[in-house]
Amino acid sequence: MIHSLFLVNASGDIFLEKHWKSVVSRSVCDYFFEALERATEPENVPPVIPTPHHYLINVLRHRIYFVAVIQSEVPPLFVIEFLHRVVDTFQDYFGVCTEAAIKDNVVVVYELLEEMLDNGFPLATESNILKELIKPPTILRTVVNTITGSTNVGEQLPTGQLSVVPWRRTGVKYTNNEAYFDVVEEIDAIIDKSGSTITAEIQGVVDACVKLTGMPDLTLSFMNPRLLDDVSFHPCVRFKRWEAERILSFIPPDGNFRLLSYHVSSQNLVAIPVYVKHNISFREGSSQGRFELTLGPKQTMGKAVESVLVSSQLPRGVLNANLNASQGTYTFDPVTKLLSWDVGKINPQKLPSLKGSVSLQTGASKPDENPTINIQFKIQQLAISGLKVNRLDMYGEKYKPFKGIKYMTKAGKFQVRT
Amino acid sequence: MLGMSANSVSYNDQGSVESGVDAAQENSNISSGGSGGAAFSLFSADCKKNEDLKEMLENSKESLKLEAMKRIVGLIAKGKNASELFPAVVKNVASKNIELKKLVYVYLVRYAEEQQDLALLSISTFQRALKDPNQLIRASALRVLSSIRVPIIVPIMMLAIKESSTDLSPYVRKTAAHAIQKLYSLDPDQKEHLIEVIEKLLKDKSTLVAGSVVMAFEEVCPDRIDLIHKNYRKLCNMLVDVEEWGQVVIIHMLTRYARTQFVSPWREDAVFDENNEKTFYDSEEERRVDESKPYIMDPDHRLLLRNTKPLLQSRNTAVVMAVSQLYWHLAPKHEISIVTKSLVRLLRSHREVQYVVLQNIATMSIQRKGMFEPFMKSFYVRSTDATHIKTLKLEILTNLANEANISTILREIQTYVKSQDKAFAAATIQAIGRCATDISEVTDTCLNGLVLLLSNRDETVVAESVVVIKKLLQTQPSQHSDIIKHMAKLFDNITVPMARASILWLMGEYCEHVPKIAPDVLRKMAKTFTSEEDIVKLQIVNLAAKLYLTNSKQTKLLTQYILNLGKYDQNYDIRDRTRFIRQLIVPNEKSGALSKYARRILMAPKPAPVLQSAFKDRDRFQLGTLSHSLNSHATGYLELSNWPSVAPDQSVRNVEVVEPVKEALAPALGKSKRAKSDEKFYSGSEEEEEEEEEEEGSSSEDSSSSSGESESGSNSEENSDDSNKSSSSQSEKSSSESDTDKKKTQKNKKLQQQKPASKDRKLKNGKAANDESRSGRESDTESSSSESSSESGSESELDSNSDSGTDQKRKTKSKTVQSKPVTKLAEKKEVSLLDLDDFSPVPVTTPKSSILSPSLLSDLQGLSLSPGASALQASSPVFVPETSHELLHRMTGKGLSAQYRFTRQPCIYGNSMVSLQLTLSNNSEQALENIHISEKSSSGQNIHRFSAIERLEPQASVTVSMGVDFNDSTQAAHFQLCTKEDEFSVSIQPAVGELLLPITMSEADFTKEQGKLVGMNESTATITTTPENISSQSVNRNVVSAANLGVIPSNQENIHRFAGKTVSSGSLVLVSVALKDPDALITVNTEKTVIASMLLRQFKTALTNITP
Repeated sequence: MIHSLFLVNASGDIFLEKHWKSVVSRSVCDYFFEALERATEPENVPPVIPTPHHYLINVLRHRIYFVAVIQSEVPPLFVIEFLHRVVDTFQDYFGVCTEAAIKDNVVVVYELLEEMLDNGFPLATESNILKELIKPPTILRTVVNTITGSTNVGEQLPTGQLSVVPWRRTGVKYTNNEAYFDVVEEIDAIIDKSGSTITAEIQGVVDACVKLTGMPDLTLSFMNPRLLDDVSFHPCVRFKRWEAERILSFIPPDGNFRLLSYHVSSQNLVAIPVYVKHNISFREGSSQGRFELTLGPKQTMGKAVESVLVSSQLPRGVLNANLNASQGTYTFDPVTKLLSWDVGKINPQKLPSLKGSVSLQTGASKPDENPTINIQFKIQQLAISGLKVNRLDMYGEKYKPFKGIKYMTKAGKFQVRT
Repeated sequence: MLGMSANSVSYNDQGSVESGVDAAQENSNISSGGSGGAAFSLFSADCKKNEDLKEMLENSKESLKLEAMKRIVGLIAKGKNASELFPAVVKNVASKNIELKKLVYVYLVRYAEEQQDLALLSISTFQRALKDPNQLIRASALRVLSSIRVPIIVPIMMLAIKESSTDLSPYVRKTAAHAIQKLYSLDPDQKEHLIEVIEKLLKDKSTLVAGSVVMAFEEVCPDRIDLIHKNYRKLCNMLVDVEEWGQVVIIHMLTRYARTQFVSPWREDAVFDENNEKTFYDSEEERRVDESKPYIMDPDHRLLLRNTKPLLQSRNTAVVMAVSQLYWHLAPKHEISIVTKSLVRLLRSHREVQYVVLQNIATMSIQRKGMFEPFMKSFYVRSTDATHIKTLKLEILTNLANEANISTILREIQTYVKSQDKAFAAATIQAIGRCATDISEVTDTCLNGLVLLLSNRDETVVAESVVVIKKLLQTQPSQHSDIIKHMAKLFDNITVPMARASILWLMGEYCEHVPKIAPDVLRKMAKTFTSEEDIVKLQIVNLAAKLYLTNSKQTKLLTQYILNLGKYDQNYDIRDRTRFIRQLIVPNEKSGALSKYARRILMAPKPAPVLQSAFKDRDRFQLGTLSHSLNSHATGYLELSNWPSVAPDQSVRNVEVVEPVKEALAPALGKSKRAKSDEKFYSGSEEEEEEEEEEEGSSSEDSSSSSGESESGSNSEENSDDSNKSSSSQSEKSSSESDTDKKKTQKNKKLQQQKPASKDRKLKNGKAANDESRSGRESDTESSSSESSSESGSESELDSNSDSGTDQKRKTKSKTVQSKPVTKLAEKKEVSLLDLDDFSPVPVTTPKSSILSPSLLSDLQGLSLSPGASALQASSPVFVPETSHELLHRMTGKGLSAQYRFTRQPCIYGNSMVSLQLTLSNNSEQALENIHISEKSSSGQNIHRFSAIERLEPQASVTVSMGVDFNDSTQAAHFQLCTKEDEFSVSIQPAVGELLLPITMSEADFTKEQGKLVGMNESTATITTTPENISSQSVNRNVVSAANLGVIPSNQENIHRFAGKTVSSGSLVLVSVALKDPDALITVNTEKTVIASMLLRQFKTALTNITP
């Protein structure tokens, strides 16, 4: 399956390579570099690139290309999903997944890649198992290791590998037993020029942080499970139980994991929490354009809209922007033409606005299209779909865990066309 | 873009400098631990640095070695050559430090191919590690051994793979499955042997192994679809529990399989009414009743669809995609749409995932608009999408367009045209063109829109519009002369050659509709001819020729002029064309016959181009594959075959149910028979069948309990409840069978006789609760099922149908032929049958009988014709220890205490079981009721339970026997010992010596067998004993008390030999003890390396503690 892996940084240098079968010369990446050069944006590199003898499948994350070399037919998603899993694992181990972090921990990276694939076929990708095989580097452990000469590498096969719950390690012990669940919903929306909603949908996830001793068996139920239209589960969730009773029943992995992702049925009307008033215009023959934006809260269920960030890709002809923000700060990058405005919290009494003029290249014609405005925001303690967790119960262990549930609504791909 | 390429150039320039800097960084990063010397290498050359690494590796300090290895791995990761360190590194392969060892492995795998001779030095280490008791070490040894691509070690690898494929640890077996592929790519000649291993591993019950072995199957022998038949249902059933990567592989394989084995569910007259469980089974029968009925899905086909459906909820996008393509290729048309939601969900994932999923949706949406139409808005383009995502979304939107939604789509598309991303804008215009041709209602609207775009400021947009308009006009030119006029007006402003050429072509083609404008355009073109692009010039020549033919009065001179220009053009294509046109249209004396037809040639009506999706023909590839993504055949792509017109024999998938002998009920009939003659089944037996099916179905969940489940429980009740009915129905069954399908029965019988070996293998897997006596009998009786059925219905035998006479006769004959022990067995069996039938409530109570019966059986076993056993004649144990072990203390057992001992007899309940004797005593004041072993088994072993003890009086005790299949492992068997009120979980931990059965053989045979089991299969140990303590008796006694082995008569005084076989798998275990004053050399030869090492340890302690 996966023959080799090359990591390529933003400037097009291979900074790590790993081979699972015979060595493939790194010159195979030349085809990738060609595609990279052809692409106008880093994201535009096609994920699957054929070459005379190999196929290159790449993913781009954290400004690093993970280029897998394939020799024969394999479902491309198989490779893509695996590469993303690798990135997730790195992130889990090193906190960040950057070129520097990978270079600093090259030995751990190598050990991880060795465990994750055997002969190009995934072997252990579950983070709980990997952490038992190779302990994540921490400062304390590094110090201890240099003194005692012990290693980061486990000597026993993690029990999870063989058990029916491979995602959970055994012998978990905590003094404080806690289980936290975050219900995070994202609104994807396209709002047209006049402010009416073209499309809007809600996608949500339930992320969990479970630190419980032993082998707890949890059930989580919702007040209104009917809202959930389409769901995907962590492998620990018992599907039959969900089918029959709409209850999430599971033995959780240890630590952080994504329990559930869901899509709220499209029949429900989606509340749009913010509105944008905009007046962006360019006049023919003039090198000046007007730019006005005002944000305001709409259906927020009485909650404050926070961490608002507005960004917009201005047309290529724009030279500079001379704006005035009533709140927060704005930046304009004259090279990428990216305007971003960090608004912060929206105060309903005093609506934030950004007004001013933009200067165009002299002689350039008026841009055809007005820029699209992307908005990010957060609303704490609200699941915009109205989803509510009913209760969480634990079986199989004697102690009483501390339980916590948090709701949050965020903007996903929230775009306003102007 | 320019900036980026400049960047990369400058980086490359730095390349040489960088390596030095890198080295410095690396030293300061990694060796900050204290090795100050390394810092000096900052300024030294590469080779110097490697010198220093070599020194570190040869240092005796572990930490320095580790440091060095870490740096070497750093070098490998950077792609730098570190091969000259090979000799220094390979020395550390046997290091105790596990991290160091792992890093050495990494190095070894990387460079072994280049340094083959040196790599061989490490092989023995791995061979040793393959026998390590730690499964992780065994597995990693196999991984590295098989990753060393050195052709010389192919035989060693082959041996190791065979060995590991029978390892007790599923993790090691999984590694073995991976190793198969590695060996195959190293040496394809091993294919046949590897297929054998694959076949064996396909039967594996572990979910861990399944994915990997199917992967190996796909790589090595994807065409051997016959290997899948027997495992098909198992794979379907265990699919949900397989790890996610394995699921993807298995689903793809099963898709291919299903396309060869089932008939198409896509027939017009198809009837779909199997949404519930019940019809699932009924349908099978129906089909047999009426073959010509409309399509009814094969239950196995349905099984696959049903078991893959939950996986649509997987978090792994590859799994969801795999299931979606499975439904696409296999499900009835109306069921395919259940995958829609999941596919749309995947669009929330990473960019790369979106890309692949959108490609697949694009292909699907062409054939089935309805599937994705409700989700149209999910394909609306966002300005932040990458270009290829945008184009794909647009493609899908266009595919989805119909009369109802076209206005929405067009409104959406309007905003896309203005996109700053010009490549995308161009694609949008193409899409408009497609909408216009597909939906005639909007053709005019689209055309008008496109014409408006002609005045766009962007060249690419205009050019694309012209091209699309040209294509559109070709479909209905007459009504659109004003558009052509409009385009002619715009002509001066259009600079893109393709667009100009298109307009000129349109002018020429429809010059009759614009008779005034066309000559004027030609006039303009004549002026600029020399400065035009080549494609434009060609079209000018074309236009001139066409005008000359239609309107020669006005254009004759112009045409002459242009042809003259063309004649001297630099491009030979244009010169060629000019010459051709001149000959064709200008009449002169030399012109041939063609000029007469010039008008017909040039002005022939041309078919309009078809505007269609680029994904139109992608469905020739299986969805979700690399080939589909690339739209070309990828290496190793396996074509999805067409549905067979007639379904191949479906009985090939029937798995023989290995029937417990006591259970004389319907399941014993086996599936192979059921498939043939169930018209006459009574409703009762049908139920049973279902049960059986279900049991099999649940095998992945609790493989142990399913078949080993105590027959005395459910079936005996049933028996007593309506014994008459069931027994009569049985004899009916057997009779009908012998009536209608005697031939088949005989064939069956033959098959059974021919394949005891394969059966043995099945038994090894530990699922079957087979009976010892069965293998003894099956050779000389009718197929066991019919016998047992008649036996269970012994009363009804008399009044049973006379049709079954032939059967009976044959059987009685065979019975009389049988020797004495058999009759004894029959008697013995009657006892067990009796208690099955609840005639005697108390189970076998006396220890005597429980010992007696197995020994009889072991005698019987000698008669067995099965080739597996013929070589290894079992003998009775030399020594039966009297020690019993505590199972349950009376304190914890609330008065109930239990002790167990190993009887060292072959177990009557199953070939692969170890026979145990359980003594239960009641130490409490009250009587205990209903003592039994609960149905649930917490560990993987197959346990034959004793029948429940109704009542145990205070201070009374009872002895029962039970069998446990330990699967040749010393893992404890856990189970629940229950009374009426309580449940105690207990466990039996067998000593390794109890997992054996003694066998006898001649000394010559022994040495012959020993000769076969050398190399990795041999383990030895030397012990020192006090010489005076060693006598041959004491050695013999100590060995046989430590392990259940048979003594081989030896004519050498100082060598003692013992032989046995493992209970579950029947692997030979040979032990010899050679006494050499003052040492004793113990040698154990067996395929089971784990057992060998454990035995060796036990013998060591047993023999060093020898008492005179």
